[in-house]
Amino acid sequence: MDSVTLIAMASIITAGITISIGCIGPALGEGRSVAAALSSLAQQPDAATTITRTLFVGLAMIESVAIYSFVISMILIFANPFWNHVIAETAGK
Amino acid sequence: MHFTPDQVVFWRYGFVNLNSTIVTTWGLMLVLWLGALLITRGLQTELTLSRWQGGLEIIVTAMIKQIEEAGLRQPEKYLGFLGTLFLFIATAALATILPGYESPTGSLSTTAALAICVFVAVPVFGIAEQGLRSYLGSYLKPTFIMLPFNVISELTRTLALAVRLFGNMMSGTMILAILLTIAPLIFPIVMSALGLLIGMVQAYIFSILATVYIAAATRKD
Repeated sequence: MDSVTLIAMASIITAGITISIGCIGPALGEGRSVAAALSSLAQQPDAATTITRTLFVGLAMIESVAIYSFVISMILIFANPFWNHVIAETAGK
Repeated sequence: MHFTPDQVVFWRYGFVNLNSTIVTTWGLMLVLWLGALLITRGLQTELTLSRWQGGLEIIVTAMIKQIEEAGLRQPEKYLGFLGTLFLFIATAALATILPGYESPTGSLSTTAALAICVFVAVPVFGIAEQGLRSYLGSYLKPTFIMLPFNVISELTRTLALAVRLFGNMMSGTMILAILLTIAPLIFPIVMSALGLLIGMVQAYIFSILATVYIAAATRKD
């Protein structure tokens, strides 16, 4: 298997695995935080605005970890430096 | 398919290229500046104020309240910087309603520039508030062994700010582009609405995090 095929295969498989495993943790974390927010809303409904605002801020922070793995898989597919390098090499040959 | 607006180039001369990010940022700056100029032209204090002025007052007083709640004593000093951050990112996200528009915050250059602004502003405000020695001494708290960790945390949170905003906006436009090639009318519209909500939340998150970092740097304890 030459290096072009190997790099393409590794990039595609890694991109898929990155995004799938990278979304498990944040999804679980967001589920737990929403559950905690719901139970505290049920206990103290008049603190609803504070709880909701804090919930959204926390969700965005947790979401950013999933976004990191999304960015890596996008880079692997669209802006892959190894792929560009090896394509430039085979074009130059 | 391009995944950042950096790749859409309008004009090139040597190594200077005018891409969609820069042109859209100029357009946004023009809109914000013209809007502010026209609305604050005849400021009034009585009940005869116009709707636009009332709306602008709502936005500004809400921002001042948020900055004060995050722990900054005199919010008017920081309102210029933090308010501009929020308004720029929020307008960039809101304008995706317009057809053919792509948000400049979907490019890593814009978000990195905004994050570097915050990275520079935190020591500037910290030194202006506390003085140089006291601010530099805060890096040695709680013990002087924490110095490399504090420095590293400064750098990584700047990186996290840039990548968080870039990732959220880029994923919204990319999912929309992919869906438009697959599904008919309804689902891309729903995803576009979700992208709008995410954009506004991210604008709020960016400015609240900048506020919290500045509050941590200017705190006198």
